[in-house]
Amino acid sequence: MKISVLSGKGGTGKTTIAVGIANTIEGSIKTDCDVDAANMHLFYKGEQINSEEFYSGEKAYIDIDKCIKCGICEENCKFNAIKNNKIDLLKCEGCGVCSLVCKSNAIILSKNKVANIFEYKLEDGYLIKADMEIGADGSGRLITKLRENTKKYGDINIIDGSPGIGCSVIASVTGIDIALIVTEPTLSGLDDLKRILELTKTFNVLSLVCINKYDINLDMSQKIEKYCIENNIQVISKIPYDNFVLKSINELKPITLYKDSEAGKKVKEISEKILGIYQDIKTKK
Amino acid sequence: MNIVVLSGKGGTGKTLASTNLAKYMNANYIDGDVEEPNGFIFLKPIIKEMIEVIVKIPSIDKDKCKKCFKCAEFCRFNALAKTNDKVLVFDKLCHSCEGCKIVCEFGAIEYIDKKVGIIEKGKSNDIKCSRGLLNIGEPMAVPVIKELLKNLDEEINIIDSSPGTSCNVVNILEHADIAILVTEPTNFGLHDLDRAVKLIRKFNIPFGVVINRVTEKENIISKYCIENKIEILMQIDYDREIAIMYSKGELIINKEKYLNIFKELSINIKEKLL
Repeated sequence: MKISVLSGKGGTGKTTIAVGIANTIEGSIKTDCDVDAANMHLFYKGEQINSEEFYSGEKAYIDIDKCIKCGICEENCKFNAIKNNKIDLLKCEGCGVCSLVCKSNAIILSKNKVANIFEYKLEDGYLIKADMEIGADGSGRLITKLRENTKKYGDINIIDGSPGIGCSVIASVTGIDIALIVTEPTLSGLDDLKRILELTKTFNVLSLVCINKYDINLDMSQKIEKYCIENNIQVISKIPYDNFVLKSINELKPITLYKDSEAGKKVKEISEKILGIYQDIKTKK
Repeated sequence: MNIVVLSGKGGTGKTLASTNLAKYMNANYIDGDVEEPNGFIFLKPIIKEMIEVIVKIPSIDKDKCKKCFKCAEFCRFNALAKTNDKVLVFDKLCHSCEGCKIVCEFGAIEYIDKKVGIIEKGKSNDIKCSRGLLNIGEPMAVPVIKELLKNLDEEINIIDSSPGTSCNVVNILEHADIAILVTEPTNFGLHDLDRAVKLIRKFNIPFGVVINRVTEKENIISKYCIENKIEILMQIDYDREIAIMYSKGELIINKEKYLNIFKELSINIKEKLL
């Protein structure tokens, strides 16, 4: 069972809900795929059982001794990554064209470190996360790698995704069973929800919507529900604004561990509903 | 002058800060969060111009192709794949480097146009507004960002960035003269702010922090800023009324009591960063 918690818009409560679900479903593997702003690990203390460096793509390097400063590399670079025979590594996409056109063999491509991957055994289940190099590209490929690495630990995978609809999100949606999309009752939330739902639709993934802090604006919540009904999408939960959420983030304890938390109760409910829906999908298959 | 508003963590108030600040300063507003742009919800510009964002992708002339597969061997993005009888193009993986065209000895590769997004330009009263929109299903936002930020005006441009610290943000920061980081006083906000600070430091530009949804003026972010000698430009109190106005797509400076926030912020930007 692979569930991605996604949102389109940032800051709607993905991590709070993903951690809550992961905490409710026993033996789950927690995979933090919001690789350039990873927060899931903050909730867990575990024993590190594996770490590895992840390389993806390459970067170009100029050998100054061989360079005759003809400028042909700069002319051919489509990414404006070369200026005055120097390579701007943040702009270089590692295509290799500079090395191809260089007549004096002065440019080599060398593999590019994207991240360190860490895997932990927790009291319950496992956690996989990456520390991405600041400003690095290749987040899509990194996420694919993280998800591959989870396979050895089992099949119940709770993925905390990143905001947006680009390569990171696409890599978090590919091959999952259920996308849980967390939105908020704001015009921005609705706009962004529409775009992420269009994306999950193209991947033919079952999408469930959760409206977080729904009571901040009841009119907007209704509009979101209406949109979902019209598009045949199940609103799995409406979570009220709850001060325990802030407490949970500050104390770094899953929201489901706060007995009096309304949000925590709702997240537990979501977990149970999702397990049921997953069983249904499986029997249909 | 370009002021980039960014955050690390999503949903901290980038768009709230940049739309209201643009309105207050009468500056141009540019929404660089091309995956999920929201600024136009607040500024409601009348769209005057729409420009398609085109990237170049290879197209293989079957008659000229001699199946040497040098193109597929060269392509580092696996956008060209060797099959038994032809070269397959996976356009979504293509970075448009045009290397395949250079290695092809038979002139069998031409570059054709592919639409990946759209740029919209308009006006909200006196404010010039523009944004990029990445087509859904396209993985790479950078070409849309590059097109959006080409030929910026000389005036003050406020650029609303996407969250995170990856290539999208890097390509926006390329254009920054100064940067404003918007965050919130939580463990998440702090963790992601630290990454964003490390990224900005690579660009050697002046920057400061706006702390949003503050309940106590001394908080984990203010502490971090003092320890790391980072300017705090503004602290915005947690206020349910702001959240409600935001949810309806309203600019908060339309209310007298919030006007001062942006007055003070713009003064602090001028005094501390310029």
